[in-house]
Amino acid sequence: MTKESTKVIKEPLKVKKVPSFLVSITAVILGVIAGSILILIIGKNPIVGFERLLFGAFSNKRRIGNTLSMSTQLILMGLSFSFAYKTGLFNIGGSGQMLMGGIVSTILGHYLPSSMPKPVYIMIVVIGAVLIGGLWGLIAGFLKAKFNVHEVVSSIMLNWIAYWLVYDFIPRFVKDQAIAVKSKPLDFSRTLGLEWLRKATGMSTLNLGFLFAIIACVVIWFILEKTTLGYNLKAVGANKYCAEYAGIKIQRSIMISMAIAGALAGLAGLTYYCGYSNLMEMGKMPNEGFDGIAVALLGNCSPIGVFFAAIFFGALKMGKGSLAATGIPTELADTIIATIIYFTATSVIIASFWNKIYKKRYEKKKAKLEGEEKK
Amino acid sequence: MNGIWDVIKIIIPGAIAYTMPILMGALGGLYSERSGVTNLCIEGLMLFGCFASAATIVKLQALGMNYTLTIVCGICVAMLASMALSYLHALASIKLKADQTISGTAINMLSTALSLFLAQTITGSGNITIVRGIIRNNIPILSKIPVVGPLFFSQTYWTTWLCLIVWGVSYFLLYKTNFGLRLRACGEHPSAVASAGVNVHKMRYIGVLLSGMLSGLGGAVILVTYAGEYNSGAGINGLGFLAIAALIFGQWKPLGILGSTAFFGLFMTIANTGRVIPGIASIPTGFLGLFPYLATLIALILSSKKSRAPLASGQPF
Repeated sequence: MTKESTKVIKEPLKVKKVPSFLVSITAVILGVIAGSILILIIGKNPIVGFERLLFGAFSNKRRIGNTLSMSTQLILMGLSFSFAYKTGLFNIGGSGQMLMGGIVSTILGHYLPSSMPKPVYIMIVVIGAVLIGGLWGLIAGFLKAKFNVHEVVSSIMLNWIAYWLVYDFIPRFVKDQAIAVKSKPLDFSRTLGLEWLRKATGMSTLNLGFLFAIIACVVIWFILEKTTLGYNLKAVGANKYCAEYAGIKIQRSIMISMAIAGALAGLAGLTYYCGYSNLMEMGKMPNEGFDGIAVALLGNCSPIGVFFAAIFFGALKMGKGSLAATGIPTELADTIIATIIYFTATSVIIASFWNKIYKKRYEKKKAKLEGEEKK
Repeated sequence: MNGIWDVIKIIIPGAIAYTMPILMGALGGLYSERSGVTNLCIEGLMLFGCFASAATIVKLQALGMNYTLTIVCGICVAMLASMALSYLHALASIKLKADQTISGTAINMLSTALSLFLAQTITGSGNITIVRGIIRNNIPILSKIPVVGPLFFSQTYWTTWLCLIVWGVSYFLLYKTNFGLRLRACGEHPSAVASAGVNVHKMRYIGVLLSGMLSGLGGAVILVTYAGEYNSGAGINGLGFLAIAALIFGQWKPLGILGSTAFFGLFMTIANTGRVIPGIASIPTGFLGLFPYLATLIALILSSKKSRAPLASGQPF
């Protein structure tokens, strides 16, 4: 009898709160269900469709390499969005920051002397991409801080300004004589690709960028969790007025946060245009800006969550190429991503659904224990 | 002197054609934001309208329907389709109390992916081109007026007049009726409206659905006037986001957005027809292209200091 009661005291019953990854997984499952319904509507077999998706993403070394390489940009763009989001900013300007990072590193790749040793070369392009991306983010942050221009609108305008600048810069600086709408392809030695890595993964596009993305995850985690700067930025995001009262400079925080977010997106531009691909196209807005938002939201804006969400979306995007054989439009993958984000947006409902289940379980347990006690 | 007049005669009708879709998008945003729901998905809704009208027109034409009738049907279907899509945003932001910015972004992504998905299922390619758009007409009598006639009443699309009527009706609706007062109040102090016995959720649903309908109209107008095709690659070139910028620049007021969208329309036209304008033909395409967006940014810098969004916009009730 006494043994029973001590056990009860040792483990006090509590209503469990739903962990955020469970919410994300629920959103993913709902997205997959929505995708299946869509496939059924057009009269195809969903199981075959998803099997092809997995096949396309993971069936051999090269495909796995390509999936990771595709995920590289998504990790960085997801981090970029998350970082600004932690400060309460909605960085929708990732595409533009990425384009600027891409064009600067492409130009650097063509104009830096080819005799330059690779480590030095890579250091220079990384710095170039990070600086220009950071500048592009900083402009939006500056306008928000000083002129109260909403960052969503200003960064969308900056996206299009970057789009047209790239449109102008490609023919001006890195024109390909053969194809008028593309930049001259970079030599393999001038991209982030590594010969041994390419060989080891069966000629995939996996490159040094993946390592950068992992480093960026660690660095961003460190900044957010272990430094005063990160604490200040998060405080501004949580409650602006409270943070101001505590002596944190809001305007400065906004600018720093947008600059770092932009720098990450600029780096993504480098890994995309000088790693995953080796050229830039005129008149093409990269989708990664919006995909990054999706990645960040699914990953709950934490670096580790972003990492796994990016791999998941990268697999979807890489695997969709194999869908063509089944007659299912490849846009299925993007539709699923969009649906997942819609469900993530309504995470309050998903969370309350799980919390209700937890509560029921708790009440059941409690009733059971009380019943035992009465006995 | 004659040269300048020729240029003006090219630019002004073009600017009017460019203004109307942005105006419809911005007006849609106005309904939604004034009712208290931030609407970032104007772009997606317009794109979906553009797609829906293109698909409808092409399908109906294949059946051999009268040409003008197919366009009318196309526009109606576009309005309904975008309204259906906007219902998802309304559901998320009103009933499910989601983050409205995120929900809007999700709708944008969903619209891009879904329209392309459907376009590929229906026509087998990412583009849908209609045979021809609306035939431009001279307005009788009015087009004979000197100066004003050739600029505003010659070679006009009938959708332009439709859009202007919608704008006029909206102005009346928002400022001269009980309904408008309630809708605007829902965006400022929803709890006060609720205490007066008005169903805030219902008003917000109406606001968001109207924004879907008008954005759909805007998207269809893009298709049947100057674009002539739904192109999955280019989408609608961020016009929906320009509409949101115009909404802010226009201080969330009907008259303001008429002015601000006309401003953007003018700059878009200058950028697009720059080749034929003597003084600026030498400017590279890229710089001409970024001009409207840069102008928007500058306009926002000048106007945002004193800008005040509807108080409760973005707050679930």
